[in-house]
Amino acid sequence: MKTCLIVDDSKVVRMVARKILEGLNFEIDEAEDGQKAIDACVRNMPRAVLLDWNMPVKSGIEFLRELRAMADVDQPVVVFCTTENDMTHIQEAIDAGADEYIMKPFDSEIIESKFTQVGLL
Amino acid sequence: MNVTDFEMIAQLLKTRSGLALSKDKAYLIESRLNPVARKWNFAGFDELAQAIRAGKDEALLVDVTEAMTTNESFFFRDQKPFDQFNELVLPHMLEHRAAKKTIRIWSAACSSGQEPYTLAMLLKENASKLAGWKVEIVATDLSQEILDKAKEGLYSQFEVQRGLPINLLVKYFKQTGDRWQIDAEIRKMVKFQQFNLLTNPSALGRFDVVFCRNVLIYFDPPTKTEVLGKLADLLADDGFLYLGGAETVLGMSDRFQLMPGQRGIYRLMSEDKAKATG
Repeated sequence: MKTCLIVDDSKVVRMVARKILEGLNFEIDEAEDGQKAIDACVRNMPRAVLLDWNMPVKSGIEFLRELRAMADVDQPVVVFCTTENDMTHIQEAIDAGADEYIMKPFDSEIIESKFTQVGLL
Repeated sequence: MNVTDFEMIAQLLKTRSGLALSKDKAYLIESRLNPVARKWNFAGFDELAQAIRAGKDEALLVDVTEAMTTNESFFFRDQKPFDQFNELVLPHMLEHRAAKKTIRIWSAACSSGQEPYTLAMLLKENASKLAGWKVEIVATDLSQEILDKAKEGLYSQFEVQRGLPINLLVKYFKQTGDRWQIDAEIRKMVKFQQFNLLTNPSALGRFDVVFCRNVLIYFDPPTKTEVLGKLADLLADDGFLYLGGAETVLGMSDRFQLMPGQRGIYRLMSEDKAKATG
């Protein structure tokens, strides 16, 4: 089963995303900030990461840069999922190595569409 | 809604658009026509039905037909047809149209424009191979209102997130408030035109590729046969016809055959080609 790490400081968002992704046959792990997400990746690198931008301790973009700098690991597919919906943020995410970008609010159709585009489904 | 009103409206739609509305879709009539009733200041659906029955106002009948026949669309719908376009159709055209350097593509029933714009973006991505070529994308729909929206190329955040890869959003769209507009350069590649698939399409000219996806499903069998016949008439001998995933020519037309191993792509039968050239 494919694994997906959901990184978001909102418990509600994590719960909604978990329900959608479990419905798409993903095994889910969760982290509430970028540092906990790094720790989770070191323990067990997921196949995919659904990533919020604004979080305490370490932001999504800081997490992504750190993740992409890791050597000798199977890099996961990273899909941003954030309220930051302007072109500057989207470009910054792509430059940092994001594979796709979801602008909140999201629904199951958007998640399925984006995960299909990046070859996860 | 009573049976008489349903039958009267179903007949109107059949005559004007070919749409075959079965009784289990009766709920669609009220949900789609209530906004029309409000727009025309009718007290309710019954009053609207009376006005339709009187048939005196052509603009009202157009509004009713458009409201019932406008369907949703999205970028890169089903993905596979566009992979096939890139990997199979475009290379074929580059080889077989090398002398003329012209490709004509028709997006029939294009709705709010996502399909022709998807093709325009794909062609733009292949610009280096198409230098010196003239590629024409003709996009038609029955509804003038939806064509006006398509021409504007302005989409909601929800619309640009269904099917459109983020790198293409960044490359070909500009953000306008909470909406996204496709670049003028891409918009210019598509020629939008109102057209009813039940009428004679010969004025549109010949096409190398026709996208007529998720349209035939709304027609009854005789209308499907009629429309497929018109498409066969204007498709180039070595052209490609795309139908939707739930559509087939089986039992509807003997002028097309499914391209082996390529779901959704049809080509003219060899006898048909002989007839066209003979």
